[in-house]
Amino acid sequence: MNTSTQISKAKINRRLLKDKLFTYAIIFLAFLSSVPLFLILFELIKKGYRQINISFFYKVAPDTMEAMVAVKNNEIIPGGIANGIVGTLIIVGMASLIAIPLGIICGMYLAENSKGKFAGVVRFIVDMLQGVPSIVLGVIGYIWVVKPITGGFSGLAGSVALSIMMLPSIVRSTEETLKMIPDTLKEAALSLGVPYHKTMLRVILPSGISGILTGVILGISRIAGETAPLMLTALGSAAISTDITKPSSAIPLLVWEFYNDPNLVNMIWSASLFLLILILILNLSAKAIAKKWKVQY
Amino acid sequence: MESTVLEKELEVKAQPYKVNKMMQNPIEKIESPILNIDKLSVSYGGDKYSINDVSAGIAKNKITAIMGPSGCGKSTLLRAINRMHELYPDTHNKGSVYLGEEDIYKMNPILLRRKIGMVFQRPNPFPTMSIYDNVIAGYLLNGIKLKRKEKDAIVEKSLREVGLWSEVKDALHNKGTFLSGGQQQRLCIARALAYTPEIILLDEPTSALDPIATAKIEDLLVKLKKDFTIVLVTHNMSQAARISDYSMFMYLGELVEYGKTKQMFTMPKDKRTEEYLTGKFG
Repeated sequence: MNTSTQISKAKINRRLLKDKLFTYAIIFLAFLSSVPLFLILFELIKKGYRQINISFFYKVAPDTMEAMVAVKNNEIIPGGIANGIVGTLIIVGMASLIAIPLGIICGMYLAENSKGKFAGVVRFIVDMLQGVPSIVLGVIGYIWVVKPITGGFSGLAGSVALSIMMLPSIVRSTEETLKMIPDTLKEAALSLGVPYHKTMLRVILPSGISGILTGVILGISRIAGETAPLMLTALGSAAISTDITKPSSAIPLLVWEFYNDPNLVNMIWSASLFLLILILILNLSAKAIAKKWKVQY
Repeated sequence: MESTVLEKELEVKAQPYKVNKMMQNPIEKIESPILNIDKLSVSYGGDKYSINDVSAGIAKNKITAIMGPSGCGKSTLLRAINRMHELYPDTHNKGSVYLGEEDIYKMNPILLRRKIGMVFQRPNPFPTMSIYDNVIAGYLLNGIKLKRKEKDAIVEKSLREVGLWSEVKDALHNKGTFLSGGQQQRLCIARALAYTPEIILLDEPTSALDPIATAKIEDLLVKLKKDFTIVLVTHNMSQAARISDYSMFMYLGELVEYGKTKQMFTMPKDKRTEEYLTGKFG
């Protein structure tokens, strides 16, 4: 037998070993990439759980003097992040009110005219928008709203800046979802004499609801933790503020404020923990909605 | 110079089919048609016409089948009848179609589609709606207010007409998409019927269904023709032979032959029809 065409046993074994090593390396690296999240959660819970009680949710951020006394006596700091929670709810809510209709309509246009020249330009711009640094959006909010409209820092300015930020995710998820919906559905409605706009709003859009909602929620979770744009727009407020034309606090802004006050450092962990859990819940619910509300064609 | 064998052969092939002058006109004239297609040509853009100069009358309360090999323009012709082909950009057409005295290309397409309903190749019930809502979707989506009793009556009547009532009457508020393919297609027919059109167009309605579901739909169509005029595209010749009263044979965008189905299947007038029916091409 010709020995040169045979592969020696040792060679085969070496190959099998390489195969195995490669597999384990991949598993290990995959595991490694999921470690940071758990480390972060662990760290935040360890340092922050003490501060989280009922008053954490209804009291405003503590006074620095009170906090100093509490820290000295080794007690928990009296106070919470209620001004931040209310501020975040209002700012994010307003941003959603602006971005959701705009984003869905834009996504619908892109899906319907996928090959149009103008649609191509719009799609390109939306993609670019995704890459605009958040601090730049803060500057824009300052120039567009703070100076000319509210005449001072305001929650509204923050909402405008954040709405621009969440727009791309809504536009693209709407577009991608609607493109997946078979044309036969549109034909079915049109053949019943249903006008085009009603076909889109009452047949096509509801059929893509799960994908669109997922995009909306991911957009919200993306902006809920944004700090930089809010520094230049909403600024922050020590009291609970429901007036959108006045400065307003937000959870990420509070984290920044706590960081800047040596007496409040302990509050960083609990506020961060709360913010992180909020965003995790949003992400999980996006996944759940995508699964549960999926429309079967 | 003597031509080669190949050249001779090509010459023969290039010759148009000779229509025997002694034969009758292969396009039968329909007395008092409900729909009159008048020299209709449809293009999806450019100078290329997918159907060319088609003229035919459609008989009232009859089933008319449109047959032909793929790409012959049969679906285009069907869609041109309720202007669904206009969904594609750049379509334009010559000639016209008359519904009674009215030129459909001068009508509002929305009103036209209420008079001429359509059923598609793949069942397409609205996925977000219940069976009940699917049947009355034409009314719901067009914002036509109905009383509860009227709705119930329309739903029951339409579902009975398509033979679906006994199968789904206890599940009317379930989603239509949970039905089997054949049931879904009958639901789609019910949806078209519920809107009381004059004409129902069906674009290969059974090509996605199994033989049993197909048989049910064929029976249904035969029953329905007493109330509606039915135009059916099919590339299943035996289906056309089984259920249609009139048949059209189209080839390369041209209406080659049109007449009573029995006549066409037993004594086709055009050579191309005969070749298609005997399976020489298609």
